[in-house]
Amino acid sequence: MNPANYVVLSAVLFSLGAIGVLVRRNAIIVFMSVELMLNAANLAFVAFARMNGNLDGQVAAFFVMVVAAAEVVVGLAIIVTIFRSRRSASIDEPNLLKY
Amino acid sequence: MIELMPAEGVFSLIWVLIALPLLGAGILLLGGRRTNSWGPYLGVFTVVGSAVLAVLMLLAMMGQPAEERSVGQTLFTWVFAGSFQADMAFQLDQLSMVFVLLITIVGSLIHIYSIGYMSHDVDKRKFFGYLNLFVAAMLLLVLANNYFLLYVGWEGVGLASYLLIGFWQIKPTAAAAAKKAFIINRVGDVGLSLAIMVMFVTFGSVSFQDVFGQSGEASEGTLTAIGLLLLLAACGKSAQFPLQAWLLDAMEGPTPVSALIHAATMVTAGVYLIVRSNAVFDRAVWAAAAVVLVGLITIFMGAIIGSAKDDIKKSLAGSTMSQIGYMIFAAGLGPIGYVFAIFHLLTHGVFKAGLFLGAGSVMHGMKDNVNMRRYGALRGLMVITFVTFLAGYLAIMGIPPFAGFWSKDEIIHAAFERSWVIGAAAILGAGITGFYMTRMVAMTFFGKARWEDDVHPHESPAVMTVPLVILALGSTFLGMALLFWGNIESWLEPVVGFASGPTTLSSITLMAITLVVVLVGAFIGWRQYGANPVPIEAPRGNWLTRAARRDLYGDLVNEVVIVRPSFALARWLAWFDSAWIDGIVNGSAAFVGGAAGRIRRTQSGFARSYALSMLGGAVLIVAALVLVRLS
Amino acid sequence: MIEGNFGEEIVFWVSGGLAVLGALGMILSKKAVHSALWVALTMINLAILYVANSAPFLGMVQVIVYTGAVMMLFLFVLMVVGVDSSDSLIETLKGQRLVAIVLALGLGILLIAGVGAGLTDLVPAGLDAANGLDGGNVQGIARLLFTEYLVAFEVTSALLITAALGAMVLAHRERWLPRASQEELSKARFMGPGHPGNLPSSGTYARHNAVDTPALLPDGSTSDLSIPGPLVARGDVRPIDHHDVEQIESLGGGAK
Repeated sequence: MNPANYVVLSAVLFSLGAIGVLVRRNAIIVFMSVELMLNAANLAFVAFARMNGNLDGQVAAFFVMVVAAAEVVVGLAIIVTIFRSRRSASIDEPNLLKY
Repeated sequence: MIELMPAEGVFSLIWVLIALPLLGAGILLLGGRRTNSWGPYLGVFTVVGSAVLAVLMLLAMMGQPAEERSVGQTLFTWVFAGSFQADMAFQLDQLSMVFVLLITIVGSLIHIYSIGYMSHDVDKRKFFGYLNLFVAAMLLLVLANNYFLLYVGWEGVGLASYLLIGFWQIKPTAAAAAKKAFIINRVGDVGLSLAIMVMFVTFGSVSFQDVFGQSGEASEGTLTAIGLLLLLAACGKSAQFPLQAWLLDAMEGPTPVSALIHAATMVTAGVYLIVRSNAVFDRAVWAAAAVVLVGLITIFMGAIIGSAKDDIKKSLAGSTMSQIGYMIFAAGLGPIGYVFAIFHLLTHGVFKAGLFLGAGSVMHGMKDNVNMRRYGALRGLMVITFVTFLAGYLAIMGIPPFAGFWSKDEIIHAAFERSWVIGAAAILGAGITGFYMTRMVAMTFFGKARWEDDVHPHESPAVMTVPLVILALGSTFLGMALLFWGNIESWLEPVVGFASGPTTLSSITLMAITLVVVLVGAFIGWRQYGANPVPIEAPRGNWLTRAARRDLYGDLVNEVVIVRPSFALARWLAWFDSAWIDGIVNGSAAFVGGAAGRIRRTQSGFARSYALSMLGGAVLIVAALVLVRLS
Repeated sequence: MIEGNFGEEIVFWVSGGLAVLGALGMILSKKAVHSALWVALTMINLAILYVANSAPFLGMVQVIVYTGAVMMLFLFVLMVVGVDSSDSLIETLKGQRLVAIVLALGLGILLIAGVGAGLTDLVPAGLDAANGLDGGNVQGIARLLFTEYLVAFEVTSALLITAALGAMVLAHRERWLPRASQEELSKARFMGPGHPGNLPSSGTYARHNAVDTPALLPDGSTSDLSIPGPLVARGDVRPIDHHDVEQIESLGGGAK
C-alpha cells in the first residue's frame, strides 16, 4: 500500500473543503469546511510521517489539532456574537466593510 | 578710521531721539479714536522734543575737540547668528548730527504747518502718526552704526512714504502713486540688500567701523560691485535716473508730505548712503564715475521736466530731482565733493521745504487747485507766502547771498576741479533752474489773475505762515551761516574727508559765469511767462515740452521695458502653471482616483469573494511549484 | 503493520471512500445539522486512516477532540443559531460557484499531479522503528513533545487559555439594565401589545407528538399561535387531517 494514496485522498478532501468554504453561505458550514481542510492537511502530515519514518509529522498534526480546537472555540463565539446582533448566520450578511 | 567715543552726558540719550517719534507713532496709530483730540499735538511735541535734544547734542558736540566728536552707543546685540552679528547700536558723528538736525528741525516745522494744513481732515491723527513714524525711521537710518540697522530705517522710510503718499487712498491716483513709489523703491532696496550681503561675504561684518576699516583690503572689483549696488539703492530712494519715475506721482500725497519727503528726508537718504560709504567710493573709481553720470543725467531730466509741468507741485518735484542730482553728482566727485553734497543737501532741505510749504499755502488759498495756469497775480493777496516763496526762489537759483548760492557754487567749483566738461554741464543745469523757477514764480504770483470763478484767494493762517517765515529766514541766511560761522568743511572733514584741488578758472570767474547763465535762464523764463500773458489752456509746445510733460517718457520706458514683458512672462507662467503643473498634478491625482474607483469595486465586503481570490493565489503558487518541479 | 498488506488496502478504500462521501454530503446537505453529521462521519473515518498509518495516538485524539468535542460544539452552536438556518443553495454572488469549483478542482489536480510526480516511486520508510524506539507511538510523540517541541507545546497552552478567555469575552453579554422584577414583568406583559394570557396549547387531536400539531379553533381552522416558531421555520408542522377529527368526534358521541 503506497502512502501516496493517502496524500491523494488528502488533496481530494482539501479541495472539497475549499469548495465548501467558497460555496456555502451558512457560517457554521463554512467553518466545518475549514475544519475539513485542516483534517486533510493532518492526513497528509501523518502520511508523510510514515514515509519518512519519524514522528515529527505526527507531532505537527497534533499541534494542528490543538490550534484548530482553539480556533473553533473563538470562531464559534464570533459566529454566536454576530448572530446575536444580526439574527442571521449567513456569511454574506456582514459585508459592511467595503468600498 | 575714527574711534567712537562712549556715549556720555547728553549723548547717552541718542536712543531717545528715535524713541520719541516712535512712541508718538505708536500711541497715535494704536491709540485709536481716543487720541483724536490731542493726537496731532502729541505728534508735534515728540518731534519738537527730538529737535531740542538734537540741538543740545549739537552744542555738546561743538564743545568737544574735532577728533572726539564721534559717539557710539550700543543698546544690545540684535542679531547673532553664526559669524553674523548686528547690534542695535547708534553712531552719532558730525555727518549724522547734520542729518539729525535737518530731519528734526525741518520735520518739526512741517509738523506745525500740518496742524493748519490738515485741520479739516478727519484722519489727521493717523496722518501725524505716519509723519512720526517717518521721522523715527529716518532718524534710525542716519543714526545706525551698521548697514543692517540702516536697512531697517531704510525700509521704514519706504513704508512710511508709501502710507503717506497714499494717505488719501480713496483717490485711485493716490493709491496708484503709493504703490508705484513702493515698488520702485523695492528695486533700490534689492540693491542695498545685495550690497549688504556682498559686504558680509567680503568683510565678515556689516558695521561701518569694520567695513570702512577693511575697505583697503578688498579688491577693487568687489568695491566697485558694492558701490554700484549702493548707487542702485540710492537711485531708488533719491529718485535718480533710472528709478526716478515715482517721485512726480508721489505729489498725490498731502503737501506737507511732499515737503517732508522731497525736502528734508527721504530723498536725501540716497545722498547720505553714498556720502556715508565714502570709504568704498574713494577706492571704487568706476562706481564713483557712475554716480557722477547718474547725477548729471538726473540734473537735466529733473530740470527739463520741471520746466514743462503746469502742476506747481510736480514742477517742484522735477526741481527736487534736479537738485538731488546735484548732490549725487557732488558725492560722486569724491573728497572734493562730499562736503558740498551735504552742504547743498542742507540748504536745499530748507529752501525746498519752504518752497513746497509755500506751494501748499497757495493751494490752500486756491481750493487745492494745483494748475499754475489758473493762478496769477497772487503777490498782493498772499504777501507772506509770496515773500517767503521769493526767498526760496532766489535761494534755489543761487543768487547771492541766499543759501543756494553758496552750496551750488561750491559744487560747480568742485566739478571744475575734476573736469571743465562736467563743470560746464553743471552750470547749464543751473541755467535751466533759473528758467523754470522764474516760470513758476511768474505764473503764480505775477501776470493777470486767471482764477476759476468760485476761488477767493486768501492768506493762510499763522500756523502755516510761521514755518514759512522760519524756512525763508533759513533760505536766506543758512548758507552763509554754515559756511562762515559753522565752518561746514572742517566740521564734516573728519568723517567724510575733504580735499581741494586747482581749477582751470578762478573762483570769482566761475561765480560770475554761473550767475550770468542763471540770470539768462531767468530772463528767458520772465520774457515768456512774466512779460507775455499766460494762456489758460497749455499750448502744444515743441517736442521737448511734450516729452517733458510726460516725464520724459519715464513711465513709457518702464511700461515697455519692464511692465509689459513682466505681464507677458506672468501670463505665460500662469498658463504654464494651470496647463502643465496643474495638469500633471491633477492628472496623476485623477488617474489614481479613477483607478482606485475601479479597483475598489473588488472590495465587495463578501468574505467568500476574498476567500476565492486567496484560493486563486494558492492555485497559482502550487502551479508554479509543480511546474518548477516537473520541468 | 506490514507494508503492502491487503487489509490496509481494504481499510483505505472503505474509509477513504466514506470520508469523501462525508465531505460531499457536508457540501451538498441543505440543513446545517445534516452537514455536521456528515462531517462527523468524515472525522471518524479519518481517525481510522490515522490508525492505519501507524498513528494510533492521533487516531484516538481525532475521535476525542474532533468527533467528540469539536463536532459537539458545532451541534451546540447550531442549536443556538441554526434553527431556521437551512439556507437555500442558490448562489447569490455572480460566478462564485463556477469559479470556486474550477479553482478547487484545479488545485486538487495540481496537487495530485505533484504527488504523482514526486511520490509514486517512493518506498515508505515505515514507522515501526520510530514507534518501537520508546516502546510505543504515544511514548515516541511524548518524547518529541517534551524535548524538541517543548517551547511550541508551552506556547500552545498559552494559546488555549487565550482562546478560552476570548470565547468568554465574546459570548459574554453585559447587563445594561437591572433585572426586571416580577411586578415589572407582569406589568409589561399586560400593558404591552401582545397576548397577556396563555397561548392556545398545541396537541389537540394529536396522535403521537403533541408539539407539532396545531390547535384547532372553534370553526375548525388551525391556530398558528399554538405552534413553536422554530418548528414553523423548519417546516416540521404536521397538517391536521380532518378525517381524523370527524372520527374522534364520532367516538366522543357527538359532544359538539
